Amino acid sequence: MSAAATGAGAVAAPARSRPRRPSTLTVYRWELRKLVSQKRTYLGLGLIVILPLFFVTFQDVHHHHDRGAQSIFAAQITQSGLATPVLMLTFLSVFMLPLVASLVAGDIVANEDGNGTLKTILTRSVDRGQVLAAKAMAAFTYGMLAVFLSAVVATVAGIASWGFHDVVSLSGTVVPAGEALALVFAANAIYLIPLAAVVSIGVLLSVVTRNSAAAVVATIGSVILLDIISGIPGLEGARPYLLTQQFEAWQGLLRTPTDWAPVTHSIWLCALYAVPSLVAAYLVFLRRDVAGG
Amino acid sequence: MASDGPLEPQPVRARGLVKRYGELVAVDHVDLNVRSGDVYGFLGPNGAGKTTTLRMALGLITPTEGAVELFGRDPMRQGAGALEGVAGFVEAPRFYPYLSARKNLELLAALDGDDARERIPEVLETVELTPRARHKVGGYSHGMRQRLGIAAALLRRPRLLILDEPATGLDPAGMRDMRSLIRRLADGGMTVLLSSHQLPEVQELCDRVAIVDRGRVVYEGALSDLRRQGGSHYRLRTGDDQRALTLLRAQPGVSRATGASGGLEFQAQEQDVGEVSLALGRAGIAIFALTPQLATLEDLFFRLTEGAADGNAAAAPVNGSGVPAGAIADAGPFRGPGSGPGSGAGSGSGATGEDIP
Repeated sequence: MSAAATGAGAVAAPARSRPRRPSTLTVYRWELRKLVSQKRTYLGLGLIVILPLFFVTFQDVHHHHDRGAQSIFAAQITQSGLATPVLMLTFLSVFMLPLVASLVAGDIVANEDGNGTLKTILTRSVDRGQVLAAKAMAAFTYGMLAVFLSAVVATVAGIASWGFHDVVSLSGTVVPAGEALALVFAANAIYLIPLAAVVSIGVLLSVVTRNSAAAVVATIGSVILLDIISGIPGLEGARPYLLTQQFEAWQGLLRTPTDWAPVTHSIWLCALYAVPSLVAAYLVFLRRDVAGG
Repeated sequence: MASDGPLEPQPVRARGLVKRYGELVAVDHVDLNVRSGDVYGFLGPNGAGKTTTLRMALGLITPTEGAVELFGRDPMRQGAGALEGVAGFVEAPRFYPYLSARKNLELLAALDGDDARERIPEVLETVELTPRARHKVGGYSHGMRQRLGIAAALLRRPRLLILDEPATGLDPAGMRDMRSLIRRLADGGMTVLLSSHQLPEVQELCDRVAIVDRGRVVYEGALSDLRRQGGSHYRLRTGDDQRALTLLRAQPGVSRATGASGGLEFQAQEQDVGEVSLALGRAGIAIFALTPQLATLEDLFFRLTEGAADGNAAAAPVNGSGVPAGAIADAGPFRGPGSGPGSGAGSGSGATGEDIP
């Protein structure tokens, strides 16, 4: 460093003018860059891509080998490639997508806490609220990416295998292929509502536990717990209020006419899970000591 | 060291800072006054509460009691706005290991706003990391991370630089370079708050110090004042040491007169030393040498901190001149024979000795 004597003086020159503070959007962009730069980010996304491909490949092989005696299920699936993303959403929405979203949501604060980088960013020109908001937004963006990546891969793979044909809705009516395609992505968008609640819970647990593994396990554990509760006899009355029941709200879009009731119910109910979680995360994060690292 | 003008709030002003963790009091009513242009040493043994105090100063942890202001702004109330013009790191600087040094600095510059990004090449050059700027930080050595920590701090073009043990873990050349850099930054007008338990580092760099022990400040003020306090120790060689010792012991204002190898040692204020020399002359005792023995920071540090461990100085309040009322005097060797265990680890100022029989 000794050779840089002249440089030090220039760097040290005091600046008295009030600096321009960064926006939350700037912090959010960097949160995304950090996610993009980490290999583990791709672990969840890899699962999300592989599962539809595996399903389509398996069904395709099964369809060709067993053409004469295919099941009703296989017959439905192979009618149109647009049935594949719907089926994948049905499968993945219960556990896999919440798990993938939890991997990032539970990690996003706790990881920085454990590595000591939280103190690094909190001693810059951004407020704690901005940092948490950016992290929550980044975690939700990741969840959204996982959902739509799954939908795109399933749709493309399905169409490639079984064609772009009309499909039969859950009410038994025939839906034209173009409309069905729009409904597939609308259904995935509706699924983001309960997923946002899962992400919010994950962010809260990430803030509170300060431990990535604990936060991820606790988040997905809470989803499993709610799922178990929904299956307990005698607790039927509680089911409409359980987060896991909202994972099926998107199915309302696939009925004729569209059933908006489960969608609107899902919106306000998921808000009851998400908003308190985020407010609690904010209050804890704002007041907590950053002593790690 | 420059004094603060009437319009310029102090870079750091802490009043009654307390941090408790249950029963443990990590920081106990700490007052700090870092003035513009200071290179301020924050000294203390490991676990004394230095890092906790700095974390409170940077708004990372909430004080249980008291407050700290940076340029008149409280980080707990004003958040990031209070850190304007302030940069540094506590404990080891931490970065994203999966990003390159340049990417880390780009991220931090984005979080600083303003034109911080434009300074990246300059700060990398300052800490001599330009050739490794595109390498991932995960592969950096400890010393390189420390230097990157300085670079990250300089991005903010700070008026106050807070550094927590910046030379810890560095090899001798790294330490030298780190000190050299801090010196240059201070010479450029930056106020530096330097936490350290490396006494040579503080002695070389700092003009004012706070010495903290078990969460309490046992001294705050100019390093020169502290050393002057310790400097009331004198070594005397005469033509007749036996008679001179008898005379010293009878002389008002003289204490701890003892025999030492090759002469005598005693403590006295400067004006009393003049009287000693006159008295020796009147008694016909030839003075070969009469020299003040300046205590090193190491001597003083151990006297203050390990004296406090004996239960003497821990409760000593800091007086207005920055010298703790009784902290040095009560701490052991400056007053009375019961020196703290650490006094012997000093630089051999001869504070302890053996009476001539």
